[in-house]
Amino acid sequence: MAEFLSPLLNLFPEGMQPIVLILIQALLIILLLTGAVAYLTLAERKVIGYMQVRIGPNRVGPRGVLQPLADMFKLVFKEIIVPSRANKFIFLASPIIILIAALVAWAVVPFDDGWVVADVNAGLLYVLAVGAAGVYGVILAGWASNSKYALLGGMRSAAHKIAYELAMGFALVGVLMASKSLNLQEIVRAQDGSILHWYWLPLLPMFLVYFISGVAETNRAPFDIAEGESEIVAGFHVEYSGMAFAIFMLAEYANMILISALTAIMFLGGWLSPFQGTFLDAAFAWVPGIFWMFAKVAILLFLFLWFRATFPRYRYDQIMRLGWKVFIPLTILWIVVEGVAVYFKLGPWFA
Amino acid sequence: MNAMNAIKQFIKTWFLWELLLGMKLTGRYLFARKFTVQYPEEKTPMSPRFRGLHAQRRYANGEERCIACKLCEAVCPALAITIESEQREDGTRRTTRYDIDLFKCIYCGFCEEACPVDAIVETRVFEYHFEARGEQIMTKDKLLAMGDKYEAQIAADRLADARYR
Repeated sequence: MAEFLSPLLNLFPEGMQPIVLILIQALLIILLLTGAVAYLTLAERKVIGYMQVRIGPNRVGPRGVLQPLADMFKLVFKEIIVPSRANKFIFLASPIIILIAALVAWAVVPFDDGWVVADVNAGLLYVLAVGAAGVYGVILAGWASNSKYALLGGMRSAAHKIAYELAMGFALVGVLMASKSLNLQEIVRAQDGSILHWYWLPLLPMFLVYFISGVAETNRAPFDIAEGESEIVAGFHVEYSGMAFAIFMLAEYANMILISALTAIMFLGGWLSPFQGTFLDAAFAWVPGIFWMFAKVAILLFLFLWFRATFPRYRYDQIMRLGWKVFIPLTILWIVVEGVAVYFKLGPWFA
Repeated sequence: MNAMNAIKQFIKTWFLWELLLGMKLTGRYLFARKFTVQYPEEKTPMSPRFRGLHAQRRYANGEERCIACKLCEAVCPALAITIESEQREDGTRRTTRYDIDLFKCIYCGFCEEACPVDAIVETRVFEYHFEARGEQIMTKDKLLAMGDKYEAQIAADRLADARYR
């Protein structure tokens, strides 16, 4: 990354260069992410529309490509209403907390070999910690709104995030055991070899648990009880309007992209080409790694939309049952299996 | 056999079989032909029995049909119709006031069914709006104007439906 920007960086004094580099990278990621979020909302409406035999938005611009812009302008010009009995400070702070939690995790996400803002050795722990911080925004938003539906949504979200955070953590322990590193780049490098070396196969239960927990963690259908529009209106963000509401949406979609990126890194080989180890490898050697990364993220994001178009919302107790009684025991069991495999050097993946 | 079923069920559960079936279904619909009608440009076919905005008709000689029998007022389930009448010079009875409140009207078509002289009818017009309070009242003048404007269509629709009544 630094090589591309060196002409620009040389304009600054030596001591400033790392800071400028980080600022540029952060800006790039944020711009890319907001653009991706905008078009993910359009993609969602289009994909769900198509699956419901409709054609989705197609009025703003050719085939509706300017719809996200129209949505954005609408939200920007709407009034932000603060309920009179709400705690104004926390009410306005909670969307910011959510947004920060959704954005900071990107610092350790490698887009390609070496393309990462902060090459932290404890990257996996950092991602877990920051991911868990987002729930504060939801709970505080629910509480500060001083509305029963918002409070219910906040409480539901707190309960189910705790359950699925554990399952996610255990699934990541599996990844950690297999790759012997907490550094996300090292984790991708450990999957080097072929599509069969990626962790989705040796850690199949972990992969499923992680991705499903990720869907739950981002409050997406079929786990969107925190919003539950048919029972508690819109859950924790009922009272929000205008840009404050837009920030919640932005954070939700940014989290979706983050979970997809992390799943791609930890189970689908990140920037590694899917043709590695086959005769096609040489033919596709010219494709940059970042393309494979983006392609994997896009496929996982499509799955998110596909889930939403397919599954009805889980009941609250079913979500709790799935989290505590199925996912956590399953991941613990697989950690034991993996531990045995690692100890006795079983299988091709734990040598 | 029971054990076999249990094992089958176990495998199905853990490999999310039913969920994949559901996703297969929605995945198939992703490529299905879309049914969306792009409304202002495209419209669905309309029956001659369509019940839209009301109109009052006239005879060919220009005389209004309505004889103020008030059957429509009596049959109206939403009490949307208000009629006042008087006797004219020639001894016939005609309405002085014939109001339909479109906010009350449920477009059931009973007034049209009740009318012995086919005076009050419902047309195919369904794209209309009000910009001020009071505009929702279809007065006698407005109803007659509608009738004059759409008489050809109204007559054709009654004719098309006549053989089924």
